[in-house]
Amino acid sequence: MDVVLLSRLQFAATTMFHFLFVPLTLGLSILVAWMETRYARTGDEVYLRMTKFWGKIFLINFAVGVVTGITLEFQFGTNWSQYSAYVGDIFGSLLAIEATAAFFLESTFIGIWIFGWKRLSAKAHAAVMWMVAIAGNVSAIWILIANAWMQHPVGYTLRESFGGQRAEITDFMAVITQKFAWLTIMHTLAASIVLACFFVMGISAWHLLKKQHEEVFTRSFRMALVPGLIFSIFVAVQGDFHAVDVAHSQPAKMAAMEFHWETQPNAPSYIFAWPDPEAEKNSIEIGKIPGMLSFLIHHDFSTPVIGLKDIPKDERPPIALVGMAFRVMVGLGAYFIIACSIGWFFRKKLQEKPWYLKMMLWSIPLPYIATQAGWIVTEVGRQPWIVYGLMKTSDAVSPVSTGQVGASLVGFIVVYGLLGLAGFTMIAKKAMKGPDLPEETKA
Amino acid sequence: MELQVIWFFLWGLLWAAYFMTDGFDLGVGALYPFLGRDETDKRKMINAIGPLWDGNEVWLITAGGVTFAAFPLVYATMFSSLYTPLMFILFGLIIRGVSFEFRGLSENRLWKKTWDICIFVGSVTPALLFGVAFANIFMGIPIDGKGIFHGNLFTLLNPYGIMGGLLFLLLFMHHGALWLCIRTKEGLQERSIHTAKVLWPVMLVVLAVFVISSWFYTDLYANYLVTPLLFAVPLLAVVAFAGSRIFLAKEKFFPAWGMSSAGIVATTFFGIIGLFPNLFPSSLSPEYSLNIMNSSSSPLTLTIMLWVVVIIVPLVIAYQSWAYYMFRFKVEEEDFTY
Repeated sequence: MDVVLLSRLQFAATTMFHFLFVPLTLGLSILVAWMETRYARTGDEVYLRMTKFWGKIFLINFAVGVVTGITLEFQFGTNWSQYSAYVGDIFGSLLAIEATAAFFLESTFIGIWIFGWKRLSAKAHAAVMWMVAIAGNVSAIWILIANAWMQHPVGYTLRESFGGQRAEITDFMAVITQKFAWLTIMHTLAASIVLACFFVMGISAWHLLKKQHEEVFTRSFRMALVPGLIFSIFVAVQGDFHAVDVAHSQPAKMAAMEFHWETQPNAPSYIFAWPDPEAEKNSIEIGKIPGMLSFLIHHDFSTPVIGLKDIPKDERPPIALVGMAFRVMVGLGAYFIIACSIGWFFRKKLQEKPWYLKMMLWSIPLPYIATQAGWIVTEVGRQPWIVYGLMKTSDAVSPVSTGQVGASLVGFIVVYGLLGLAGFTMIAKKAMKGPDLPEETKA
Repeated sequence: MELQVIWFFLWGLLWAAYFMTDGFDLGVGALYPFLGRDETDKRKMINAIGPLWDGNEVWLITAGGVTFAAFPLVYATMFSSLYTPLMFILFGLIIRGVSFEFRGLSENRLWKKTWDICIFVGSVTPALLFGVAFANIFMGIPIDGKGIFHGNLFTLLNPYGIMGGLLFLLLFMHHGALWLCIRTKEGLQERSIHTAKVLWPVMLVVLAVFVISSWFYTDLYANYLVTPLLFAVPLLAVVAFAGSRIFLAKEKFFPAWGMSSAGIVATTFFGIIGLFPNLFPSSLSPEYSLNIMNSSSSPLTLTIMLWVVVIIVPLVIAYQSWAYYMFRFKVEEEDFTY
C-alpha cells in the first residue's frame, strides 16, 4: 500500500469515528438545554431528572467526540501537507475561526455546566447549556463551510507564491455565504437532530417496555418525537434541493450516485444497480424509472443529465460505493419519516404499542448508518479530487513514509477501537440504569 | 511586512498561552500517581482541573489553527516533519481527555487503574514531547528545500531536545503543584506545597542549563546580541520564578501560580524572540528555513484573521477568567463530580 492510500484510510477512519459522536453531541445538547429550561421555568423535578439523565449520556458521548476532534485539526498538516500549503490561506483560516469563535466557548462552558450546579441559579445553569448547544452547532457550521469549500471552491484566486502555486482568498463573504455550504449545513444539523431524537426515543422505548421510570421516559419520548418528525421531513425535502445543487456543481458525483453512464435526455433512475466500470455500463439494473433523474434534477424529463462517459476516466469517483451509500441514506431517510409519523399517531398511547416501542429501540443505530452513508456520498463522491476540480487527492499527501502512516493507522485503529468500545458500553450502561430516583436527584 | 511580524508574535503568544493554561493540567496529571495516594485524593486532583482542562486545551487547537491560517507552509512542514512525536502527543491528549470522564463511570478496580495510567501517561507524554519538539525547532530541523524531513524520532531525541522535554515537564509539574495548592487543603495541599518547593530548584537548574546550552546548540542569541534590551525577557522569567517561590513561602498560592504562569510565558518567549524571523528553521541550510517572509498567508487573510483574533480572543479571556474565578474554591468531597 502506498502513502496516499494509507493516509486516505487513516483520514476516513478517524473522521468517520469522530462523526459517530458529533451528531449526538449537536442534537442532544439542544434537547438537554430544552429540558433544563423547562425545569428552570416550572421547577418540575421530572425535568430535572431528565436533564441529569440525558446530560450524563451527553457528557460521555461529548468526551469521546472532543478528543477525537483534536486529531482532525492536526491531520491536515501531518498527512496532507501539500494540500495544507496549497489551500491554507482559505481552509486554515476557517479552521482557526472555528476554534477561536466557537470551540473555545463550547469547551469552557461545558466545564462550567458540569461543575456549576451549585454555583449558578437554575436559570443561569440552563443558559450555560444553551451556550454549549449553540457553540457546538456554530462550531459545526464553520467546519462545514470549510468542507463545502473543498467540494465547491469559491472566492479564491490561484497565485504564484514562494515558488509554487496556491489558492488565496479574494472574497471571504463568498466563501462563508455560498449556497453549497448552507445546503450542507442545514442537511447535517437537521440530520443530527434526527439522530438525537431517535436516540432519545429508542432508549425511552426500552424503559417504557420495561414499564419503569414511566413519567421521565414518556415525556422524553414525546419531547423527541416532535422535532424527530419535523426534521426527518425537513432533511428529506432539503436533501432534494441539495442533490439538485450537487448535480450542477459536481456532475461526476451525481452521475455516480445514480449509476448514470450516458449523457441523455429522459435520464433514468434505478432503485438498485451495480456498475461495471471497465465496460462503462451497469451489470445489474433493477427498478428502472425512465426520465426520473432528468425530472428530479431539472424538473423536466427532456433535459439531458451528464453521464459518467462524458467525465474523463481518471476523474470518476468510485461508483459502486457512492451509489450504494446514497441508496442506504435515502432509504433510511424515508424510514425515519414513517417511523416518526407512526409515533405521532400513537403519541397518547405509547405503552399500549409494544411492537412500536421495540421497533424504535432497534432503530437507534439507523440514523448513525444514514449519517455515515451521507458522508461517504459526499467525500468518496468528490474523489479523485481533494478540492473539486482544483487539486487531486494523490497530489495532496505529505512526504512521509509508509511506515510512519502505517504505524499511526494501526495506532488509531487500536486506540479508537478500545475507546469506541468503552464509550458505547458506558453509554449503554448509563442508559439502561435509568435516571436517579427523585430523592437521589440533587440540583 | 508589519502584518507578518504581528502574526509571528501572536503565533508565539498562542503557544505560550497553551503552555501556561494546559501546562498545569498536564502537570497535575504527571503528579497524579505520586500525590494521589488514595481514592479521595485522586478524585480531588481530577476535580481540581476538571472544570478547566477542556477549555485550556482549546489554546492548542487555536495555536494549531492559527499556524495553519497565518503560516500554512509552516503548518504543513512542521506537522508532517514532526509526524511521529505529534502522533504520540495526540494519542496522549486523547487518552488523558477521556480518562476524566470515563474513570468515574465504574467502580471496577481494573477499570479505575487503567484510566489512572492513562491520565499519567497522557499527561507526561505531551509535556515531554512539546519540549522536545520546541527545543528541536530552536535548534533547527533537518528539512530540505521541499520541506522534506531527513531524520526520524531519534534525530529529535538529541541531548538538547531531551533537555527541552525535561524542562517542559518540570515547568508543568511545578505549575500543576501550585494549582493543587490553590484548590486543595490539608494533607494533599501540604504535599503539593512540599512538591512545589522540591521541584523549584531542580526546575531552575534545568532552565539555567537549557538557557546556557542554547548558546552552543542554537542561534537563538543572535537577536539578543543585536538588541541587548531583549535580555529583559529571560530575566523576566527568572524574576517571575523567584517571585513564585517567595509567594509560595508566604503561602499566597494564587500569586505564586500567577508568577509561575508569567515564568512559563517568558520562557516560551525566550525561544520565540530568538527564532525571529524564523518559524521553522532548517538545520541543513538557512535558505531552507521557513520564516515570516516565505511562508505566510496573503495580506487579506492575515488582515481578516487579525480582526477575528482582536475581537474574539479578549472575549475568550474574559469568560475563561470568569470560569477560573468560579472554580477557585477548595475542592471538597461533596463537590465531587468526577
